[in-house]
Amino acid sequence: MSKKISITINGVVYEVDEGKTILEAAKEAGIIIPTLCYHKDLCVAGNCRVCVVEVVGQTRLAASCATPCHDNMEVLTNTLKVRNSRKQIIELLLSEHNADCTKCYKNGNCELQELAAEYKIMSQDLIDLVPHKFYSVDMYSPSIIKDDSRCIRCQRCVRTCAELQGVNALSVAYKGDKMKISTFFEKSMNEVVCTNCGQCVNHCPTGALIEKNYIEEVWEAIADPDKHLVVQTAPAVRVGLGEELGFDAGERVTGKMVAALKCLGFDSVLDTDFTADLTIMEEGTELLSRLKKALVENNKEVKLPMFTSCSPGWIKYIEHMYPDYLDNLSTCKSPQQMFGALAKTYYAKARKLDPEKIVSVSIMPCTAKKFEADRPEMHDSGFRDVDYVLTTRELAIMIKQAGIDFMRLPDKKFDRLMGESSGAAVIFGATGGVMEAALRTAYEIVTGREVPFENLNIAPVRGLEGVREASIKIENPLEAWAFLDGVELKCAVAHGLVNAKKVVEAVRNNQASYHFIEVMACPGGCLGGGGQPIPTSPEIREKRTMAIYAEDAGMPVRKSHENPEIIKIYEDYLKEPLGHKSHQLLHTKYTERNRY
Amino acid sequence: MAVQYNLKRADFIFRNENDWEKILSRTLQRDKQELINELISSELKGRGGAGFPTGLKWKLTSEAKADQKYVICNADEGEPGTFKDREILTKVPFKVLTAMGICAHITGATKGYIYLRGEYKFLRPDLEKAIKEFEYYCNEIDFDFSIEIFLGSGAYICGEETALMESMEGYRGEPRNKPPFPTNEGFMGKPTVINNVETLAHAFTIFKHGAKKFYDLGVQFSRGTKLFSVSGDTPKPGIYELELGMSLQDFVDEFGDGDTKAVQVGGASGFLVPRKRFGETSIGYKGKLTGISLPTGGSMMLFNSTRSMFNVLDNYLEFFREESCGQCTPCRVGCQQLLIGIKAVKQGQKPASYLDKLLKLTETMQLTAKCGLGQSVANSFSSIVENFREEMIY
Repeated sequence: MSKKISITINGVVYEVDEGKTILEAAKEAGIIIPTLCYHKDLCVAGNCRVCVVEVVGQTRLAASCATPCHDNMEVLTNTLKVRNSRKQIIELLLSEHNADCTKCYKNGNCELQELAAEYKIMSQDLIDLVPHKFYSVDMYSPSIIKDDSRCIRCQRCVRTCAELQGVNALSVAYKGDKMKISTFFEKSMNEVVCTNCGQCVNHCPTGALIEKNYIEEVWEAIADPDKHLVVQTAPAVRVGLGEELGFDAGERVTGKMVAALKCLGFDSVLDTDFTADLTIMEEGTELLSRLKKALVENNKEVKLPMFTSCSPGWIKYIEHMYPDYLDNLSTCKSPQQMFGALAKTYYAKARKLDPEKIVSVSIMPCTAKKFEADRPEMHDSGFRDVDYVLTTRELAIMIKQAGIDFMRLPDKKFDRLMGESSGAAVIFGATGGVMEAALRTAYEIVTGREVPFENLNIAPVRGLEGVREASIKIENPLEAWAFLDGVELKCAVAHGLVNAKKVVEAVRNNQASYHFIEVMACPGGCLGGGGQPIPTSPEIREKRTMAIYAEDAGMPVRKSHENPEIIKIYEDYLKEPLGHKSHQLLHTKYTERNRY
Repeated sequence: MAVQYNLKRADFIFRNENDWEKILSRTLQRDKQELINELISSELKGRGGAGFPTGLKWKLTSEAKADQKYVICNADEGEPGTFKDREILTKVPFKVLTAMGICAHITGATKGYIYLRGEYKFLRPDLEKAIKEFEYYCNEIDFDFSIEIFLGSGAYICGEETALMESMEGYRGEPRNKPPFPTNEGFMGKPTVINNVETLAHAFTIFKHGAKKFYDLGVQFSRGTKLFSVSGDTPKPGIYELELGMSLQDFVDEFGDGDTKAVQVGGASGFLVPRKRFGETSIGYKGKLTGISLPTGGSMMLFNSTRSMFNVLDNYLEFFREESCGQCTPCRVGCQQLLIGIKAVKQGQKPASYLDKLLKLTETMQLTAKCGLGQSVANSFSSIVENFREEMIY
């Protein structure tokens, strides 16, 4: 228990924990103080100065986000001095900002716009500085657009890139009036260490960092009668989409999402979860085969620990930062790309469609998926495997544009083929999910028994700790896996690249001996992805996590290898995990990249 | 009419005494609490311009609990119109080093740094030689203290103590949120005393001659002497050590060219005093009982009637626009607005009443900016605009 102190806010005395800031104390008391640079995920910057309050006895105003409460402190949050100052600060920000709101992608979802509306900035007394600046827009990345003219220099993106991701692709350059957020040598975002994770987009209060959207392209494809539109939806989308369309965080909208996609005009609404199950089959087998080669054949070429490869932000990160560990990455493509390769081969064949006429669209909680789909190696179907990647936010925009009353939509089910999935696939959306799904299947392959956890819920790999460890001892395996008898399978789970870094460093310094490591680039896993609804916060991510596990618990099939469509695809098409066809369509290789 | 000569010159800082070894070893023998009390009773205040009581600063740091503490000498002399620290470090470096040593002894620091302005790179070889000699002596008397020079890179903002520490830690030179203050969490998060070069030189004087000698100089609330960097329209520019509390009129009588229109006290971040206010203005720290008292880092710029005060302000604002670190809104955007605003008024694109809007803006900057830079832009702006409004318009 921390010490309580008393603080007076607007004449009312409150008891707060010592160490709390004025902003936190006010929030507890139900008093709203406007903020811009403040974000719950990030360290305090105190640079926008919008949150200033009056502390009785001080001549200057205090930034409430950065000022700790003192015993008997007296704070006023709504005096003329405070209001005028805040208003002037908003005016200053607007004078430096390209406030052409109607032409901004974030119109209606911008914190600066909201504040301007709240403070009723009706006229601009100050001189518009925008014509005097040489703002540039960086459109070269396939994932992220950086528009300096919309930037308010709050540095949330810089802190996100440094604190959550440890990437530092974005940093502050120059000083004074020329101060800007920039990259290494002001190169464009596609030329630097940026992993395209989109966390900066998720944390940007304005339209300075946005995803590159492909909404119009998809509308055009939908309108083209010659095209067959296939859409896949990632597991995390169903627990986030509702937030954009009137639901509270943590609401599962799977059935409505499917119904909406059908309304939009997609010919076939399918599920990335299907290829998530497929990933488990391939990746689980790959892990077991690596273990066999290492333990039985004593093959020194085999790299352990094996890292998961589902998160394209993580892939690009390791390509930049730890290229010597590329062989430790599973060769499995991500579920999105497995789906893309199969849509224009397996699916096309089964549905008797010309793959050239298939347009493959994916709905992802992720901006890095846009880059992934754009990778030159992702053409194994003979075509571009995934044509367009839309974020959860872009899907919500399309649903709104189409005039769909999302809340009143009746639930619909995914189409077949490639629409069936297990609970193991759904949990791919949460950090630890891939690990849990893989263990459910691999353990059963090896021992013939279910994982020894209640209701198949592998609790040690769940949660929101940055790095989590688990181990599972293999006893009495089936004959084919006798070499694993008594082996303690050691696993680690990391989410947020700053935590990924910790794990890789531990491996590099021989401080940890893991067999299998799951890494998701974004905090919370895909459900906290850079393409998910804005805002994000630890609380929101926790609600989405609960929704993901609830979805899993409610599924009739909970293990990837029991998904009937998975059994069928191996019988009809792929034959066996890591087989010839799998290698051709479902596995990939990686590229070393520059460190800046 | 005879000019009444009231300036009291002093000669402590640059008096070459060659007895630093004796002072150091003698002072290190003394009780720490007694030394702090001596410094407090001298009423020495920070000579960088902010005027924080030096004894209190040392006391707070000595009371902070930590495994490591630091002493930093702020030699990032960047205020337009000051050039005194350069002379101190050139002529009497041992006074500064000795004071740093005494400070380390009192506070429990074992490591000292001199943050040297990038443009003063040429001082480095001689200063390093002095440090070597100083450290050699420390070693001889079994005093565990070493000093390192850290070279700045030319940003004005790095003279702000927390930005300076950020810069030393390898980060962008941006001021931190306060609290915590450096006395508790400074360089590398450890308790740190950071003092201006001149403050340390005065501390040497105090430990040598005793607090009383220092206290007896100057006036109430503004004790001791101060170095002034005199420049502008003056027949005798240079560095002068004067007693605090002098009236600006006396100063102008001594240093003016007979046609002094205004004096900028304290550099670009200080105040402009017009001729009509010379008599009622004294130079010292806040708290003087009568009249206006202006604190200063020692920059005294004299302007005669040939100078356009618009140009003077324009120049200062251009400086601030560029030297703001850019992190906080009021300072970054405010400086741009002020500069472009006075130009717009001058060119007739904005009415004269726009100046009042800009004055309001400087009030907001003063109230809300994160550090002293943004807060003090209002000083020169309002004092120039209010006193020379017609020069801004026509």
